[in-house]
Amino acid sequence: MPDPDPPKPAGLEATLRLARGEFTLDVELSCPPGITCVMGPSGSGKSTILALVAGLAVPDLGRIVLGDQVWLDREKGIAVPTHKRHLAYVFQGLALFPHMTATHNVMYGMSRDKPRAERMERARELLAKVGVGHLGSRRPRTFSGGEAQRVALARAIARSPQLVLLDEPFSALDRDLRKQLVDLVRSLVAELGVPLVHVTHSVAEARMLGDQIIRIEKGKIVARGKASDVLANVTSLDE
Amino acid sequence: MTWEPLWLSFKVASVATLVTLVAGVGIALLLSWRKLPARDFFDAVTSVPLVLPPTVLGYYLLVIVGNNGAVGDTWKWLFDGRTIIFNFEGAVLAAAVGSLPLVVRSVRLGLESIDPNLINAARTLGASPLRTLFTVVLPLAAPGIIAGCMTGFARALGDYGATLMVAGSRIDGTPTASIYIMDQMLGGKDENVVAMAAATTIFGVAMLYFANKLTRRLHIHRA
Repeated sequence: MPDPDPPKPAGLEATLRLARGEFTLDVELSCPPGITCVMGPSGSGKSTILALVAGLAVPDLGRIVLGDQVWLDREKGIAVPTHKRHLAYVFQGLALFPHMTATHNVMYGMSRDKPRAERMERARELLAKVGVGHLGSRRPRTFSGGEAQRVALARAIARSPQLVLLDEPFSALDRDLRKQLVDLVRSLVAELGVPLVHVTHSVAEARMLGDQIIRIEKGKIVARGKASDVLANVTSLDE
Repeated sequence: MTWEPLWLSFKVASVATLVTLVAGVGIALLLSWRKLPARDFFDAVTSVPLVLPPTVLGYYLLVIVGNNGAVGDTWKWLFDGRTIIFNFEGAVLAAAVGSLPLVVRSVRLGLESIDPNLINAARTLGASPLRTLFTVVLPLAAPGIIAGCMTGFARALGDYGATLMVAGSRIDGTPTASIYIMDQMLGGKDENVVAMAAATTIFGVAMLYFANKLTRRLHIHRA
């Protein structure tokens, strides 16, 4: 459930250039509210894009703008630190805090202007919403793979982010569970009305999720557009 | 036979552990920062008390905090003429410096065991560096910090050479447990030596036992 006054939905525009050894990333992204799937084989630079957008790494050159907020402009020396970019990032390994309960994990990203009891209540609501209300007082060590994914999603949306980044969070799950979570992500994004950048190497997942598909190879964008166009004859990225 | 020396050693080691806790966590955090200039040099300097003879360590401390140095002078000015050397403070300093490398190493082990993505997750969830430190980094490194404190306490409890040089053989008329053992041995009072040695050994072994248990918990935590 988003905050009562969610910020106006805005698109993500990013130009990123990064050279590390023999690898060079050079991409221009335009992600409107909705789901953008960034696809590519391992080592193509897709996770690096998320790290750069989140501010966990800094490009050599580039500019990142979300709506009217400039998060990064290398030329002008602007670099908003990660904790001030209002985003949510679901890591491949999920990165749930092992020393906190599910409720405290979800509460962690919420604005602390609100009373603790209110935040706790909202965390419980969110856990129930993603189907794991019963996990509230348990710690991540006891969660199954699917439960951990749901808690991670609840934590991500709890702070009413203006941008959601998913780094292959469903890669370790079986097909049925993945389908359930894809449907969950779809409904959550529709409710938030913000851009979501989903990194995956699963063609099936991209077809199910992506309003826009960006295919990336060796740090360069090789195709972009609707799934029906970009993935028309593709069954696997390893082909 | 008196247990006063053991009680004094316990007090010295307790205060020294508090000092090394704060200093050790600070230094370990600094050393875990990959961009720190001359990191290897500072790492070596921090570890040097492990390899120096206690008398050399004591000599350096005397030079730094002695009555003719700036630190010693400032201390006297701050505390109404009281000196660091040949006082409780001197014993604490000698014990703390000796145990600091053990604390730093254990805290670093704790810090390095943390998945960097947990720190990244805290940042993406809006946590400032300070909030990340207190809510994620330090709680997850806690087993390493506690184990370091216990090992450091055991080390501080048994300090001899540096303490003798910086604090002298008596603090307000009482020797520390290690100095007492030497005194009693020289005086031929073997039964006192055995009793005090047994008490400090039991205490030290217990500390190391719990430190090992905590370190193992740290590894379980990582899994």
